[in-house]
This record gives sequence, structure tokens and C-alpha cells, in this order.
Amino acid sequence: MKIHLLFILTKGDTFMSTLESSLPDKFKANFKEVELPLSDQEASQEANRCLYCYDAPCITACPTGIDIPSFIKKIASGNMKGSATTIMSANPVGASCARVCPTEELCEGACVLNHSTKPILIGNLQRYATDWAMRNDQVLFKKGEPNGKKIAIVGGGPGGLSAARELALLGYEVTIYEAEKEAGGLDTFGIVSFRLPKKISLWEVDQVKKLGVTIKTSVKVGKDIGFDELLETNERVILAIGMANVPNLNIAGENLKGVHDAIDLVRSTKSPPMPTHMEGKRVIVIGAGNTAIDGATCSVRLGAENVKIVYRRTEKEMTAYDFEYEFAKQDGVEFRWLTQPIEIMGDTEGNVTGLKCVKMQLGGPSSDGRRKPEPVPDSDFIIECDAVVKAIGQKRHLELIEKLGLAHNDGVVMINKDSMQTSNSRVYACGDVIFGKGQGEAMVVSAAQQGKTAAYHVHESLKEMYSAQ
Amino acid sequence: MADLRTNLAGITSPNPFWLASAPPTNSGYQVQRAFEAGWGGAVWKTLGDPILNVSSRYAAVNFNGQRVAGFNNIELITDRPLEVNLKEIYETKKRFPGHAVIASLMVEPKQEAWHEIVKKAEAAGVDGLELNFGCPHGMAERGMGSASGQVPELVEKQTTWAKEAAETPVIVKLTPNITDITATAEAAVRGGADAVSMINTINSLAGVDIDSWLPIPNVSGKGAHGGYCGPAVKPIALNMVSECARNSRINVPISGMGGVSNWQNAVEFMLMGASNVQICTAAMHHGFRIVDDLIEGLSNYLDERGILSIQDIIGKSVPTYSDWGNLDLNYNVVARINNDVCINCNKCHIACEDTSHQCIDMLNDGNGNPILRVREEDCVGCNLCSIVCPVDGAIDMIEVPQELPSMTWNERQSLLGSLKDCKITK
Ligand SMILES: Cc1cc2nc3c(=O)[nH]c(=O)nc-3n(C[C@H](O)[C@H](O)[C@H](O)COP(=O)(O)OP(=O)(O)OC[C@H]3O[C@@H](n4cnc5c(N)ncnc54)[C@H](O)[C@@H]3O)c2cc1C
Ligand SMILES: Cc1cc2nc3c(=O)[nH]c(=O)nc-3n(C[C@H](O)[C@H](O)[C@H](O)COP(=O)(O)O)c2cc1C
Ligand code: SF4
Ligand code: SF4
Ligand code: SF4
Repeated sequence: MKIHLLFILTKGDTFMSTLESSLPDKFKANFKEVELPLSDQEASQEANRCLYCYDAPCITACPTGIDIPSFIKKIASGNMKGSATTIMSANPVGASCARVCPTEELCEGACVLNHSTKPILIGNLQRYATDWAMRNDQVLFKKGEPNGKKIAIVGGGPGGLSAARELALLGYEVTIYEAEKEAGGLDTFGIVSFRLPKKISLWEVDQVKKLGVTIKTSVKVGKDIGFDELLETNERVILAIGMANVPNLNIAGENLKGVHDAIDLVRSTKSPPMPTHMEGKRVIVIGAGNTAIDGATCSVRLGAENVKIVYRRTEKEMTAYDFEYEFAKQDGVEFRWLTQPIEIMGDTEGNVTGLKCVKMQLGGPSSDGRRKPEPVPDSDFIIECDAVVKAIGQKRHLELIEKLGLAHNDGVVMINKDSMQTSNSRVYACGDVIFGKGQGEAMVVSAAQQGKTAAYHVHESLKEMYSAQ
Repeated sequence: MADLRTNLAGITSPNPFWLASAPPTNSGYQVQRAFEAGWGGAVWKTLGDPILNVSSRYAAVNFNGQRVAGFNNIELITDRPLEVNLKEIYETKKRFPGHAVIASLMVEPKQEAWHEIVKKAEAAGVDGLELNFGCPHGMAERGMGSASGQVPELVEKQTTWAKEAAETPVIVKLTPNITDITATAEAAVRGGADAVSMINTINSLAGVDIDSWLPIPNVSGKGAHGGYCGPAVKPIALNMVSECARNSRINVPISGMGGVSNWQNAVEFMLMGASNVQICTAAMHHGFRIVDDLIEGLSNYLDERGILSIQDIIGKSVPTYSDWGNLDLNYNVVARINNDVCINCNKCHIACEDTSHQCIDMLNDGNGNPILRVREEDCVGCNLCSIVCPVDGAIDMIEVPQELPSMTWNERQSLLGSLKDCKITK
């Protein structure tokens, strides 16, 4: 219902007077967080509904193992600082996770109340507690007694931040090298503001900074500073560079004006002013994963007249979560299943005019278990459009990984799954950089957990080394 | 982090949270688990001549879907041999020298019996003794527990006997099954008690099964009254603690209990004069791990206020607790409804209309929207509407600027009295 209203608002906006449409931030309101925070009374009632299970399955289902019954009990007793501390100690990006975790698949999906009434709104309660900490400027942790050992972390996303936080608590001197102007990774610039406002991610960055971690932003490792230099000046290096931009579709017309990268599109909406280039446009988004949903809903909120997602398989095979699919439909996004783009059409001035597609049908199962889509002969057709958003996943930082000489599988850095150690024994890796090829999951929460694990193993290896001396 | 260490009549513990004498403190295994979890002290399950318990012992009162609003039991004192308990007390104290281990005792009202058990308990290394004059069922029928706890002379005499033999502090645990608890508390003080603790459980029948017509719980078709505790008894316990705290003849520390479920409840008891709190039902409902939030919540509460030690809040609200006759008759509050928060359930209206002072009008704001308004001149400030209102912040009770100087009932009576005297002397 809330979402629906917002959609109507969006539509209304496009009919506004020209005067108003010249205002730079006319779409800003569309990017306000959609989900409203729990009121005090809602939070109290929900917290008191939690059974406070012992050895609770919700804890096991959380990749970072947050002590969920305990943080909820603390909300119920009014121990808000304790609640936020319980969350953030297990998950250094617990405020972001409260908003972006697919909770139905994780903690809430495991809540015992699924079997009797309805599950506890764990994500919303987590947000309630972390919002409190943010609002009240709480300092939740103290850095550890300095041990004089230096660690470098490449990449300041959830994986890197989480590793940095744990190492800082253990007394290490940690430096994060971050290519972007601000740290936080995709939480800061890759996940749409109406689900995750940038200030949440920046608060988490600030929490890490307050533990004495140095964050060098606008420093790209491999370009502005050499990796060898990091290895020379630090005991260990943790690689947390995530993934890169959306890959090419490898079809004609990709360089036309009006073809966008979904991640770049999202990034352009994370800080004002909002771009106006989608206004009134007919937009086609290619892909059906999380990125496609974000690209599509962003386009709607930027005033696009019509937004369609085309996907070569069906509703069943798409990788977006159910709640994302629902959300996009509520936003008025249309879906074209079994549709494979084969060419982006343009006019003489190089502007996008349409997308040529071919109809698909599902054949036998492929290596990943999903049924393989095959083109239906002679079924080409054109969908008219003014803009195309590419959202078929993310590329790897292949060049850098090769330069570092780390073992990898198509750009997925190979690790020892227990220790997060790469083929270079002094380099550890965590987060999206190790996702894929049967390794892990691309989620903020798993990056956070891997960051913790990498930090503990770095610590273990150094402890061993020093005690051997 | 604030200093949570507490001292009750010389018995120190790392924090004010003790497990009350009850099933959670039945054995060394349990008490040691509790100390590992963080509890500051434990009063061992009452020692005495081992008894026989019945099966089917507890019942809870659920209120509108909330489990364990109140808890009822027909269990007696320990059913384990004295020697076994004493051995485990010794071992527990050895493993946890910094924690408070108290032996709860109950024997026949005979001098030798008290001397003997006091000596045995102290030999096991306890930090103090708690005399159980409170258990309302089973033991009372044998002249012990609340049977002796309801008679001030018996409380005094038995306390004296225990004190004759005791070298460690003696706490007297009082029964609430009495009209005025200060009478027995004073008796305990006269007998030499170093501290008093309250409340034990309140006589209760948890319910009757309306299908089988049997009492709840029942033992093979029969029930007997039990003892009531848990959240529902908190206001009763809090009043008893407060009454003792403000009574100058009860000049010993108080260990408060009865319905303490979280750190906020503990703060209330301590503000009203308890030096520490004991807990039973909340631990039985959720396990020992609740102590984590008890300690952290209390500590954060003190830190937020810049209070360095828990000692600094003990008794701070006692001076504000008085007799009705000392309340200002000229002070007024009135209800005010915030129509932007109100969800128009009209519960305040009907509560006031049917059962209070008929001063909440159901009106219309002129645009066809229903609104409610209090006729403040008729409102007596009873709070009923704000109590029944289901929405936080929809009704505020506002202080009305006072026109007349403060005047209490007692002041008024003495003024009237002196006026009369004037007349007579004229
Ligand atoms: C559009 C979109 C929506 C998503 N939605 C969700 C969601 O709802 N829920 C969820 O759980 N997950 C979601 N994800 C996935 C999630 O964002 C990632 O799994 C997570 O951010 C991975 O964290 P990371 O730290 O490994 O990498 P990143 O967040 O990608 O951070 C890597 C950091 O490394 C920096 N970096 C890269 N190369 C260098 C270099 N050479 N030198 C210095 N710094 C470098 C980058 O600038 C970046 O800041 C989404 C992803 C996308 C793209
Ligand atoms: C099952 C049960 C057994 C109890 N047994 C004893 C006992 O042996 N000795 C005693 O002094 N109090 C006993 N009590 C009373 C508790 O110590 C305590 O005074 C009372 O439960 C109030 O605290 P609460 O509301 O936190 O439960 C018992 C209470 C319960 C529920
Ligand atoms: S499983 Fe559900 S009810 Fe149990 S502790 Fe977790 S959130 Fe609470
Ligand atoms: S709680 Fe334990 S002792 Fe009591 S009835 Fe259940 S299983 Fe039996
Ligand atoms: S009880 Fe509260 S919510 Fe209901 S009508 Fe009155 S003020 Fe409004």
C-alpha cells in the first residue's frame, strides 16, 4: 500500500508543470526510504512477541550469527544501547543489513513462529535498534590495545569494513584503501536509496573510523598505489574489492546514447542532484537479478514513462527475490519473459529507438540446473524504447587480480574456505571478490561475515608467527 | 561502566541481581551455571528437613495472550538431603568466592532446631542466612513458613534464636500474606535481623478448569492453595518494600523481590529502598541468560545519567512516598487529547462517560471528521482515559496552574482543629 502510493506520486510528478520539472531535485522525494520505521509502540509490541528462544534457529540462519533473541529482549526492556551493541558486535554493517538483507530467506524465514503464527519482524527491529544508536550518536566499541602490527585492506565495502572493525578491536593498525570518494562500497553507492539511504552506510563507515582505522579514499590500488608496496609495509593484506561494473551484452548498439549501466544509474541517484535523463522515457532493463530490479525501480522513480524488464528465461528462473519482484510490480514495472535482446536499435543521431528481441523457449537443464533457454526460430520483434539499462550481473576486477598473481577461476579469487587465505599466503580475500563458482553468496551480510572470518584468521596466523619467534 | 557492586548488611556481591530461593537455586549445578551466566548471588532453595513434593506443581496465569503474567506453585522447600545441599554449597562457594551464597532456612519453631541448622549452614561457608517465614503452603500447615511469619512474636523469637547461633548476617524473609508487613518487619528487627527480604509468594488459586471443574493445578483431581509470584505481584511487592523503607523503626537494609522481570523493575525497587533484588519467575520463564540484559541495561541506565555507583540510587525515591493525608489537595491535572495522534476508538469517551466524570465529548471538526475533546473544567484528573487509550501520546495528562496554595488533608484537619480551639478559647 505504501509503495503503491509512492508510485502514484511518481506518476503525478511527471505531469507537473514545466516550472516544477526544471527544479533539479524534483525526484528526491521518490528516493526516500520506502519502508517506514517501526514506531515505539510497534517495536515494543513486536519485541514482546518474540519468544526469546534458546539456541534459536534465527541466530543460526543469520550469516553473521547475531544474537537475535538477545537484541530483541533488550528492545523490550528498553536497553537500547545494549540492543544496538549486540547487533553491531556480530555485524559491523548491521544497520545496512537491517534494510537490505533478504530476511525471508534468512533469519525471519527460520523464526519458529512461522510454524504457529507469523515470524517476528527481525529486520525491522534491527533497524529500530540501530536507528536509535545513530540518532543518539552512540559510540558502541573501543579499539583494542595497540599491538603495533599493520594490516592493509583493499576496498572499503561491507567486506573490508567488517574485517577492519574486527582487526581494530584486536589492536591492529588498519588502513583501508578505497578507490571511491567515500567508503561503504555498494552500500554507499550501489543499493538504491529508497531501500538504503547513503547516510546509514556512512554511519557504519564512521563507526569503523572511530576505532582508529585509517580510510584512504580516492586511492585505487594498482593505479595510485602498488600492491607490492602494501605487502611490503603491512603484515597482511585483505582483498575486498567486490565486483566491477555490468559486463557488455555483446550485441550491436551498445554504444548508443541512452544505454546505461544499472550500477552507474543507481550510483547517480545516491546523492543529489537527481539525474533527469530518464524523465518521460520508455525504458527497458535487461536482466532479472537484484541489479535489474534496482535499475528498473530507479528508472520509475526518475520519472520514466514506462519501464519493462526483459529476461530470456521465466519468472521461475529469475534470481531476484520474491519481495523484490513484488516491489517492482508494485512500482508498475512490466516484465517480458522468454525474451532475448539481440540488438539495440538507434536513429541517425545515435539515440536509442528500440530493442530488437527474439522469443525464447525453455529446453533441457543446463549445468547450473536451470532449464536452458533456446531461441524460437523467426520470432524477432522490436520493442520501442528511448533508453536501455544493462543489468546482467557484474564483471570482475580481472586485470587487477591477474596483476596480483592470485589464483582465480574466471576472476573469482580462489581461497581456502576455512581461512579465507588466497594463493598468496599473506593475502586474504572476502566479499564479492570471492563470490561465484560455487563460492559464497553476493550479499552484504555474507561479505560482513567473511570479513570477520578473514580478520580472525589473519590474527591467528600472526599470533602463531609471533609465538614461534 | 558504573560500579554495580552491592552490599546487603555486609554481604557483598558483584551486582545486585540474586536468584531467589526457589527451583533455580535447587542444586550446585544450577547455582554455578547461574554464576557463570553472571548472577551476583543466590539464595539456596530453602533447607530444612527434606519433604515430599507432589507432581503437577506449577500453574501460570496468562493475560490476554501474554504468557506468565503471574505464576503459582504448590512446591515445598528442598526435597534433597541436607548433607547433599551443604556439600554443594561448600563447593559452589569455593569455586565462586566473590559471589554471594546465602542459605535459606526453615525449621520447626524450636531454639535447638534453629541453632543446629544455622551452625551447619555456616560450616558450609555461606555468606549469610535467610530465614524463610514466608512459604504459604504445606510448610505453614506444619507450623512453619508463613504460619510463623504471620505472628510478629514468633518472627521475633525465631530471629533471636537464629541470631544467637549466627556469625554471618541474618536476613528475615517476610510473607506478604498479612495485613501490614511492617508489623512483622519490625518484629524481625527487634529479634536482631541484619536485613529483611520480601516478598515471598501470595496465597493463590491460579484458576479453575471450566470443563473439568477442577482447580488448576490439580494433583489427581484435587488442588490446594499455592503461592503467587511473577509480574502480576510486582505492585504489591513494591509497596511492601516502600512501606518498610520509609518506616524509621525498620532501620535495616532490604532485599526486594516479587515480580522483578527486567532491569527497569530492579531500578524501581532500588529507588524505593531495596539494596538489591532477588528474582525467581523471570529466570524460570527464560533461563539464567536474562542476567545479561539485567546487568547491561542497569549499567547503561546509570552511565547515561552519569551515576558512578548503583549505591547512589538506593532509596532515592523513598522520601517521595508518603501517606495519603500528605498529598496536596489543591494540585490538579486534566486530560488533553491530541487529535492528530488519536485513532478514534472512543474508548476514552466511553470509559469517562460510563465510569468516571462524563467530560469527554465526541465532536466533529467541521470537516466531517470525528474529534474528541475533554471539558477540562469538569475533568477530575483521574487518568482513566489515558490508561485505556491504546495509542502512545494520544492523551496527555497536563498539570493545571495551581490557583490555591498547597494544602494537604492533614494540614487542613489541623487548621480546622486550631480554628475550633480558637472558638473555645474565645
Ligand atoms: C544493484 C545491487 C543491489 C544489491 N542489493 C543487495 C541487497 O538488497 N541485499 C544484499 O545483501 N546485497 C545486495 N547486493 C550485493 C551487495 O551489495 C554485495 O554483495 C556487497 O556489497 C559486497 O561487499 P564487498 O565489500 O565484497 O564489495 P563492494 O560493496 O563492492 O565493495 C568493494 C569496494 O572496493 C573498492 N575497490 C574496488 N577496487 C579497488 C581498488 N583497486 N582499490 C581500492 N578500492 C577498490 C570499491 O570501490 C568498493 O568500495 C546488491 C548489489 C548490487 C550491485
Ligand atoms: C516454584 C517456586 C518455589 C519457591 N520456593 C521457595 C522456597 O523454597 N523458599 C523461599 O524462600 N521462597 C520460595 N519461593 C518464592 C521465591 O523465592 C520468591 O520470593 C517469589 O517467587 C517472588 O519472586 P518472583 O516474582 O521473582 O518469582 C518459591 C517460588 C516459586 C515460584
Ligand atoms: S526464532 Fe523467532 S521467536 Fe524465536 S528468538 Fe528468533 S525471532 Fe524470536
Ligand atoms: S519442565 Fe522438565 S521436569 Fe518439568 S514437566 Fe517439563 S520436562 Fe518435566
Ligand atoms: S482512547 Fe485514545 S485513541 Fe481512542 S479515541 Fe480516545 S484518545 Fe483517541
